[in-house]
Amino acid sequence: MNLEILTPEKKLFSGEVYGVQLPGITGLFEVLDKHAPLVSALKSGRVKVLKDKSNHLAYYDIQSGFVEVLNNKTTVLVEGATSAE
Amino acid sequence: MAGQLKEVRNKIKATQNMQQITKAMKMVSAAKLRKAQDAIVQMRPYARKLQEVLSNIVSSAESDAGMSLAVERPVEKVLLIVITSDRGLCGAYNANVIKLARTTIQEKYAAQQAKGNLHIWGIGKKGTEFFQKNKYKVSDAHKDLFLNLKFENVQAVAQAAVKAFEAKEYDVIELIYSEFRNAAVQRFAVERFLPIPKVEKKEGAKKSDFIFEPAKDQLIAELMPKILNTQLYKAVLDANASEHGARMTAMDKASENANELLKHYKISYNRARQAAITTELTEIVSGAAALQG
Repeated sequence: MNLEILTPEKKLFSGEVYGVQLPGITGLFEVLDKHAPLVSALKSGRVKVLKDKSNHLAYYDIQSGFVEVLNNKTTVLVEGATSAE
Repeated sequence: MAGQLKEVRNKIKATQNMQQITKAMKMVSAAKLRKAQDAIVQMRPYARKLQEVLSNIVSSAESDAGMSLAVERPVEKVLLIVITSDRGLCGAYNANVIKLARTTIQEKYAAQQAKGNLHIWGIGKKGTEFFQKNKYKVSDAHKDLFLNLKFENVQAVAQAAVKAFEAKEYDVIELIYSEFRNAAVQRFAVERFLPIPKVEKKEGAKKSDFIFEPAKDQLIAELMPKILNTQLYKAVLDANASEHGARMTAMDKASENANELLKHYKISYNRARQAAITTELTEIVSGAAALQG
């Protein structure tokens, strides 16, 4: 599936990924390929991007934001995000 | 004669120096303008998507609930957020923003101003100083936003405004700033910040069966402040780009004017020089003639 992470200051991430783990306002959840359409609010926490099945990961610390999943395209809208190790 | 020559030479030198400075300032502004434009371009996908998500939610929501920031109250207390620049030498840029603010006050909010219920938040030094000098009720708490132009800082201002609106300190909040069109053109705009204009439901829009988490009303309540942050951030970025654009144009004009002046001075310099030579020649020739005679 396609993932985009957008902040007001720049495009943080864009590309094909296996899945992404997000800190939802009601709890941590994961979006994988062919997920149903979803809009969810995110709280501050860590976004984990699974670039492929073999554990290539990227982390981003976010303050708060939103995620929209539609047609196998996931868009994460966040304020105050930084890349983390 | 020799005295006049020297005077013109000095003028030429001074004008050349000035032109060098205006040219340098133009270059600096051009570089800064490019950076400011980049920031606007970078922000656009985020803003567009946010709006899209909102209209998705609104068009699949049944009621208009959860829009506490869209409540229209009788207008008694007004806040204007006026965005100007920190520095001058950018043509009529600041003057135009201030003028727009004053006409807005006179035409729209004269009654509130008479009662002393009109407050101004100045962003940028020039406008803030003007309103302070002219005895408006102005707060300079956010004056220095341009010193460190980051989303976080803009966000803080937007949230302060939202809080003040929710606490009923203000019934209407408007932004006055200059929208960036291109380097030479700015559009000076008054824009409603709060209450939020009602979002139109898109009839016939394709409804996807979204899973909403949490419920739609709560989502809308979460989304609204974010949209306001983005709106203010966009205004600030626009103002920043406009400032550099205006300065670039002003400095270009100044360099051109300096060129004109130089041309003018050079002609009078040459004239004075030739006159001096002619006089000298006449003196020598008549001196020689006197000796022969």
